[in-house]
Amino acid sequence: MKRKIAGYAVLVLFGLIFLYPFVIQLATSFKTEADAAANPLSPIPRPFTTASFARIFDGTDFPVWLGNSVLMAVLVTLGRVFFDSLAGYALARLHFRGRSVVFAAILAMMSVPGVVLLIPKFLVLNQLGIYNSYTGLILPLIVDAAGIFIMKQFFESIPADVEEAARIDGAGIFRTYWSVVLPMARPALITLTILSFQGSWNEFPHTLVAVQSRTLYTLPRGLADLVSGSLGQGTQYPLKLGAALLAIIPVAVIFLIFQRYFVRGANEGATKG
Amino acid sequence: MAVDSTAAGAQRRAGRGTLPAFRPDQPRRRRSGGIRGYERLAGWLFVSPAIVILGLFVVVPIVMALWVSFTAWNGQGSPFQSGVPMAGLKNYTHLFTVDGLARQDFMTSIRNNGYYVLLVVPAQTVLALFLALVVNQKILKGKSFFRSAFYFPSITSSVAISVVFLFLFTNSGAINQLLAALGIHGPQWFADPRGVIHILLGNPSTPPAALADHGLFGLSWWDWLAGPSVAMCSIIALVVWTTSGTFMLMFLAALQNIPVQLDEASLIDGANRWQRLRYVTLPQLRPTLFLVVTLGLIGTWQVFDQIYVMTQGNPAKTTLTPAFLSYSTAFKNFDYGSGAAISFILFLIIVAMTLLQRWLMRERRTRSHGSTQSRSPHRRTG
Repeated sequence: MKRKIAGYAVLVLFGLIFLYPFVIQLATSFKTEADAAANPLSPIPRPFTTASFARIFDGTDFPVWLGNSVLMAVLVTLGRVFFDSLAGYALARLHFRGRSVVFAAILAMMSVPGVVLLIPKFLVLNQLGIYNSYTGLILPLIVDAAGIFIMKQFFESIPADVEEAARIDGAGIFRTYWSVVLPMARPALITLTILSFQGSWNEFPHTLVAVQSRTLYTLPRGLADLVSGSLGQGTQYPLKLGAALLAIIPVAVIFLIFQRYFVRGANEGATKG
Repeated sequence: MAVDSTAAGAQRRAGRGTLPAFRPDQPRRRRSGGIRGYERLAGWLFVSPAIVILGLFVVVPIVMALWVSFTAWNGQGSPFQSGVPMAGLKNYTHLFTVDGLARQDFMTSIRNNGYYVLLVVPAQTVLALFLALVVNQKILKGKSFFRSAFYFPSITSSVAISVVFLFLFTNSGAINQLLAALGIHGPQWFADPRGVIHILLGNPSTPPAALADHGLFGLSWWDWLAGPSVAMCSIIALVVWTTSGTFMLMFLAALQNIPVQLDEASLIDGANRWQRLRYVTLPQLRPTLFLVVTLGLIGTWQVFDQIYVMTQGNPAKTTLTPAFLSYSTAFKNFDYGSGAAISFILFLIIVAMTLLQRWLMRERRTRSHGSTQSRSPHRRTG
């Protein structure tokens, strides 16, 4: 019994530590600036105001950034789901010369950390003439090595007889892949969809070196810009926290619905490095 | 469906309408070598989009940046035209052997990131293990709620969460109000460049001459031994808070893989709870512990987003990290050669950590059979 109480005490304490910052964020975004400064810990806005949200949508470029984020997340997710699974399938099932070399290269690319690619990526975008464009923002992210790895692992884990039967029946390779294999891969595809959406929605460093115009910013880039003082006078924390809240909500909703896929994704991340 | 014009599509069209392949009077074209041939072609076609994109935006950039790291390109025009001044190895040697601002900044960033690694890795590992052990208790209810709560920060945008922590750590913010309730006068977090070791030593105005007058790579021993600054500590707190949830899930998965019989056997042998943890559970978690620590070592050298949003390397460069330094050297000071050189050194550090991980994991693979678990997560239920 004593142990049970201690257990719950620990859970509640850490539950507060991990969730209360979000409570503060939510409350603060409905506070006035004076209230936010005076009562930063209070979970209840007094007075309650939606002024910061009105300003987010009227006084900043937030709507444009939101649109860009949606566009980027949707295109990157579609691209990754299609191209990663295509490549993953080939690496798992199709016999072609050089397959093991390609796979080794993809494994190696998985361990190339994103932050050391900042300058390199800028160089190549600049050289290709797609710096500061939607193409430069989206195209480099449309395939990712980790996603290919996840799909390859998955295809190797399902039995091959169904597709062999389809092939013997005369279905072509792409047809077999598209109408026989992909439907069986639903769980892995959902995981990949979620990881891709979350990854591209939250992506920050890439946007830093891919675009420059404020009209091409995505939400994280725009948020960073608001924080660095583009707002003018005052700390304006209700506005900043409100904007950050809106940026968190889509991923939070997906998390609530598809939790188990996130959990799986985290454990796959174990191999991502 | 662009791919439909490929060999796969062609084969499909060829196969359509005819009965399956074994009609002796009308054999399908190039049947024996053909299917393999198609498969070879289809294989390459299937991987080609991935190869093109990854080649263009991972491999080619690395080669280009390697070239740029030997130049003094300032961002004007193309770095590959003839007029760009060459720098040879200067961009690298300036970071190590030549006394100057470049070396001082670089060594400061290495020091800062070193302390960051030294604190974040143990803290997140211990916290993650602790949370996993608590959440794994069978007698507690509502565990899945708390598991989600602990994991939730990991999936949110690093920029958004940095904004929240900026607010929590303001001078009269939530953290300092909490500290005040405990009778502690909180520091001005993001404006405080004092190293915590200096603070513990009473922050002497004249540091001991033995440490202040000698040094390594342009930084005095006194500076090397400053410890993470107060500002860095708030970033450390943020990162430990965001990453522990992910590692908790890894520990949790490993805990659930431990055979129940082991625990039961030790119970029968009369082991108390601490002994069971120490001699039964922890040894079983060894591979996961290795994994979490090495993933931590790899990840912590890449800290960037939080630095960019919260401090930009300030105050007094005490939150400067190699990743941020390479960015600011290139994009703020337009010294792309030095920036690229710093990137490559950081790359080497991370490669070293990755090799260390591979080596440790190989070690464990020969020793135990639990090794394949992290590679085949699909068999595991969340």
